[in-house]
Amino acid sequence: MSETRYTKDHEYIRIEGDTGTVGISDYAQGQLGDVVFVELPSIGKALSKGGEAAVVESVKAASEVYAPVSGEVVAVNNELEAAPGTVNEDPAGKGWFLKIKLTDAAELDGLMSEAEYQDYVKSL
Amino acid sequence: MLNRQGRPTQAGDAAAERHETFTGNRALQQIEPLIFEIGHHETTGVDIDKPAPFKSRLGKHARKGEIGLPGLSEPEAMRHYVRLSQKNYGIDTGLFPLGSCTMKHNARLNEKMARLPGFSDVHPLQPLSTVPGALDVMLELARYLMTLTGMPAVALSPKAGAHGEACGMMAIKAAIEAKGEAATRNVVLVPESAHGTNPATAALIGFSVKAVPARPDGTVAVEDVKALLGPEVAAIMLTNPNTCGIFEPQIVEIAAAMHEAGAYFYCDGANFNAIVGKARPGDLGVDAMHINLHKTFSTPHGGGGPGAGPVVLSERLAPFAPVPFIHVENGKSRLVEHKAEAPEGNDPFGRMTAFHGQMGMYVRALAYMLSHGSDGMKQASEDAVLNANYIRAGLADLMSLPFPDHPSMHEALFDDEWLKGTGVSTLDFAKAMIDEGYHPMTVYFPLVVHGAMLIEPTESESKASLDLFIATLRDLAIAAKGNDKTRFTAAPHHAPIRRLDETRAARQPVLKWEKPQPVAKAAE
Repeated sequence: MSETRYTKDHEYIRIEGDTGTVGISDYAQGQLGDVVFVELPSIGKALSKGGEAAVVESVKAASEVYAPVSGEVVAVNNELEAAPGTVNEDPAGKGWFLKIKLTDAAELDGLMSEAEYQDYVKSL
Repeated sequence: MLNRQGRPTQAGDAAAERHETFTGNRALQQIEPLIFEIGHHETTGVDIDKPAPFKSRLGKHARKGEIGLPGLSEPEAMRHYVRLSQKNYGIDTGLFPLGSCTMKHNARLNEKMARLPGFSDVHPLQPLSTVPGALDVMLELARYLMTLTGMPAVALSPKAGAHGEACGMMAIKAAIEAKGEAATRNVVLVPESAHGTNPATAALIGFSVKAVPARPDGTVAVEDVKALLGPEVAAIMLTNPNTCGIFEPQIVEIAAAMHEAGAYFYCDGANFNAIVGKARPGDLGVDAMHINLHKTFSTPHGGGGPGAGPVVLSERLAPFAPVPFIHVENGKSRLVEHKAEAPEGNDPFGRMTAFHGQMGMYVRALAYMLSHGSDGMKQASEDAVLNANYIRAGLADLMSLPFPDHPSMHEALFDDEWLKGTGVSTLDFAKAMIDEGYHPMTVYFPLVVHGAMLIEPTESESKASLDLFIATLRDLAIAAKGNDKTRFTAAPHHAPIRRLDETRAARQPVLKWEKPQPVAKAAE
């Protein structure tokens, strides 16, 4: 059973057990425009909630991707190096950034649900 | 046969149909290939004597193959470079509203002064006794910069803005090290609206960067800064007037808060042109600020010479100023080139440049200062601000202002709220300006403003020029709102090269030139 939660900075985290897959939302990729470069952390790196997890660069700007929760990086999507456009084509699927092993599942409570996030995006 | 640029080599080539003319030229606007695509290895425009017989000592390192240099006749070489020069767009050809970096008033007198042989022909290694005039120019320029900023010291040598930032931040680092706090003070605060070079500079020098959020009105609040202050904070890097074109209303309070916390205040002086003669950074509590001579005292990009980024320093940072500098004692000046020669109490952190900086720019800047005088420099700032507000007032009813409550300083900032629902983006609008003969303004910066369009005309433009510019943008804005989409989404229509594929250029950059190979016409 997986569940997706969102941050105000437009990262998503899809929870499966004690790990979560992190990426940027469809809204975020649309705002960024064509993604041309993604910088991913190394596996094993400890991330803290709200800290920098990755960097995404589009033709318009470079932005940080923040960790939605604290934890350890257990996998990164190396495919993005050769094909950064995947972030635009399939942000919720093949365009994922990294997988994180959660330190504190309670941190998820502060994040938005799918419905809450959609309302939030509409308000922008 | 088509050549590598996809252009026809004989009558009837299909490629010709892709262009409006057979050659691809548009009347006197000529397509200019790379010099390597014009030249032939077999020819040369220069007679070179055959070398006398000699014995090579290069052994196996001797190069035997073709060097691959292009050979051109003199007329070919002349045409190539003249045609390229005609493609240049700068302040001498038209309005280029990126910022004072491209728009600064560029008086010809300054060029004349810089070309005086006593300045243009000096060599940094010639004996000091032969260049007293050059030293005087440096001293005089330093004195003016300190007077205009209200700061007690200046390091002249940095070569441009970001280099100046590095110099100022290295002085701050040296001061922190001297206090024995190097291990603990390692965080630099940078507002979200900052120039990208600010966090890059801080990171390069080994600080970690913390962002200060921007308030909804585009300014930085002292409370937000205070909330981030602690014993680990080394400095803040703040631009004033900021990148939204607003004078930071709490800058004095922010400076005081930094000093109280034992930290320093670096001011990015990129926008100093708006406040010369009106406000002195020294009075605002600034510890270090670079001054882009080429944005503030003539010679913008595209208008001649190189950049230069002297850094003014506060009393607290002055001892750490880098060598070389001129030290005056008992009316005698001497050039301090090494740390060991520094006068008592000085502890230079090192050296930023091999020699003494951009001598030509020193002369141009001083000529600008002397020819304008204090009243003239003040008026230039006032005119720059007036012109920006004139553009803002002329467009505010059609385009949307993100910060309507603050008056603009040197630049008028619009967002893309007014383009919502038109199918036209900020980028499309900018490209359509090219068709009208204007270089676009800065777009998508500052990042805190959605679809930003940042227009800085400076004092250089006359009212007639501003009126035409405003009328052009009004015409474009009305067309964008009136569903004339193709004028924008397919723009530029009239430029020598149409819209570039920025995405492909970034994803699959071609970084190496390859020898042109004629390609056979595709089978039909």
